[in-house]
Amino acid sequence: MRVTQGTFSFLPDLTDEQINKQLAYIVSKGFSANVEYTDDPHPRNSYWELWGLPLFDVKDASAVMYEISSCRKAKPNYYIKVNAFDNTRGIESCVLSFIVNRPINEPGFLLQRQDFEGRTMKYSLHSYATEKPEGARY
Amino acid sequence: MSQSVESRTRIKSERYESGVIPYAKMGYWDADYVIKETDVLALFRITPQPGVDPIEASAAIAGESSTATWTVVWTDLLTACDLYRAKAYRVDPVPNVADQYFAYIAYDIDLFEEGSIANLTASIIGNVFGFKAVKALRLEDMRMPVAYLKTFQGPATGLIVERERMDKFGRPFLGATVKPKLGLSGKNYGRVVYEGLKGGLDFLKDDENINSQPFMRWKERFLYSMEGVNKASAAAGEIKGHYLNVTAATMEDMYERAEFSKEVGSIICMIDLVIGYTAIQTMAIWARKHDMILHLHRAGNSTYSRQKNHGMNFRVICKWMRMAGVDHIHAGTVVGKLEGDPLMIKGFYNTLLESETDINLPQGLFFAQNWASLRKVVPVASGGIHAGQMHQLLDYLGDDVVLQFGGGTIGHPDGIQAGATANRVALESMVMARNEGRNYVAEGPQILRDAAKTCGPLQTALDLWKDISFNYTSTDTADFVETPTANI
Repeated sequence: MRVTQGTFSFLPDLTDEQINKQLAYIVSKGFSANVEYTDDPHPRNSYWELWGLPLFDVKDASAVMYEISSCRKAKPNYYIKVNAFDNTRGIESCVLSFIVNRPINEPGFLLQRQDFEGRTMKYSLHSYATEKPEGARY
Repeated sequence: MSQSVESRTRIKSERYESGVIPYAKMGYWDADYVIKETDVLALFRITPQPGVDPIEASAAIAGESSTATWTVVWTDLLTACDLYRAKAYRVDPVPNVADQYFAYIAYDIDLFEEGSIANLTASIIGNVFGFKAVKALRLEDMRMPVAYLKTFQGPATGLIVERERMDKFGRPFLGATVKPKLGLSGKNYGRVVYEGLKGGLDFLKDDENINSQPFMRWKERFLYSMEGVNKASAAAGEIKGHYLNVTAATMEDMYERAEFSKEVGSIICMIDLVIGYTAIQTMAIWARKHDMILHLHRAGNSTYSRQKNHGMNFRVICKWMRMAGVDHIHAGTVVGKLEGDPLMIKGFYNTLLESETDINLPQGLFFAQNWASLRKVVPVASGGIHAGQMHQLLDYLGDDVVLQFGGGTIGHPDGIQAGATANRVALESMVMARNEGRNYVAEGPQILRDAAKTCGPLQTALDLWKDISFNYTSTDTADFVETPTANI
C-alpha cells in the first residue's frame, strides 16, 4: 500500500528538483520549515521525531534541502516529511506538509473491529510495521 | 382649576402628542450621530414606496427594528428612551439603480441579549420586512462590535484546529456528497462513502434532506457509513470523515443522533440551516463540548438571500453563523451550477475566514469588522464542479475551503474511486504548480493534461466533462463594480 498522508502523496514521488521548488515557496512566504521522520505512520501518530529544530528565518531553500539529505542518509528506510509553519496571528500552525522519503515496503494497516451491542463497532487501526520494535521496522 | 385631570396631565412636548408623527422626527434619524465602538451597525437596501422620502423610510426601518410602534406612546418616557432608539445616520442612493437607497442604522449594544442570535435577529429582521412604507427591503451587511462578539462561542472547532485534527495542510479539503440523495439503503449508502474515501477524498457527506426516511433510517446510515470511513482510513493511512446529518424534528431527536454519531466514532456531524438559529447554537455548543466538527448545510437560504432587492444578503448569514459557532458552511463555488458572483463569493469567504476585514464595497463589505478572535469557519464549495475546473477553483477559492465534488466524483464512468482519485490528483498537481510559481490559471488545462499522463482516471474525467460550464449571470452582484461572470 501507499500511505497518502501529506499534500502531494497522490502524485508520483517528488524529485529533488520538485522538492527544491516547494522549499523555495516556503522560504518566499517567510514560513519556517522542519524535517520529521518516523517508522510508525499511524495517522494519529501526531509526533514524528524531530530532525533538529524548525529552521526559523530561513533565507535559503538549500539549508532545508541539506537537512532533508542528512536525514535521508541517517534514516534511509523511514518516512520523512517536511513541514512549513506560519506564525501569523490567527494561523500559528502548519501550512504545508509533504512526504519526501518513504520505506521501500509499506505494509499498511489492519482494521480491527470489536463488536458491541446494537451492531455498534469499535474500530482501531493497527500499523503492521509496529509489530517489530522501534528501529527494526522496515 | 376647571380643567379635567386628563387635560392637566397631558404631555406638553410636541414629540409626545398622541398620533402619528414621522419616524424621522421621533428620533430615529440623526445625520450627526457619532457611532460608538460598541454599536451594532446594519446596512439595509431600501426601496421606498412611491412618494416616501428615503430618509423617512430609513428612520422607519430604524424605528420598527428597535423600539417604535406606529404611534406615539407615553410609556417611552419611563425609559432612557433615546438610548433604545436605533438611529439611521446615513442614506446613500444605490449606484446605477433608481429608487433604491442604502440606509445605515446604528443600534446600542443593550438592545440585544448577550450570545443570542435569536434575539439579535428578532430585532434586526423581526418585523420590518413586511413594513408597508417600503416596497422592498434587504439586509446587506452588519458590523458586530467586539464587545458583543465576545459573548458568542464562535466555531466549535475552526479551520486551524480542523486541519490539525485531520492532518491536512497546504491544500483545500476534498469532499463529495453521496448521490443519489434519496433512496439508497444503508448498506448501499456506506458503499459510496467507502469508495469515495478510498479513492482519495477527505470527507463524504450526507445531503441536506437525508435524515431518517422509510428507505433508510438514521442508525443504518450511521453504522454503515462509519464502516466505510474506517475501512478507507486503514487503506490510506489517513484521517477521513463522513458528515453525519443529525437534523431531526425535535431537539431531543437531534441530541440522540448527535450522541450516537460520537459513540460510533465520527469526527464530524452535520445540521441544516432550516433547524433554526437556536438549534444551531445549541448544536455548536454540543460540538465544542464533544470535540466534534460541525458542518452546516445552508438549506433554504436562497429563498431569502438570492434576490437583490428583498431579503438578506448571504454575507449576513455568514456572520451570524460564525457567531453561532458552526465549523463549515456552504458559501458558493463561482464556477459551479449554483448562484455565485466571484466578488460576492470572495466577500463571503473573507467574512468566514479573516480575523479582520476592511470596508470593501466591490465585495459587498460595507463595514470594517474585527472578529475578536472568533475561530474561522471553513467555506464549502459544492454544486456542479469537476476536476477540469481545478485551476479556477484554486484561484477563486484558495486553500481554505472544502471542494465538494458530488456528481464530479460519483458520476465518473470508471467508478467512484476513480472519480475521487481524479479529483485528488488534479488538486495536488495544481497546488504543486501554484507553489512552484507557475501561472497555473493560464496553464491550468495543460497542468491537468500532464498530471493525467500518470493518472488514467483524471484523463477520463477531463475528456468527459470538458464542455461542462455554467455561464449564467448572477442575480446577486456588486453595485460598485462591473463583474465579469463568465468562466473559461
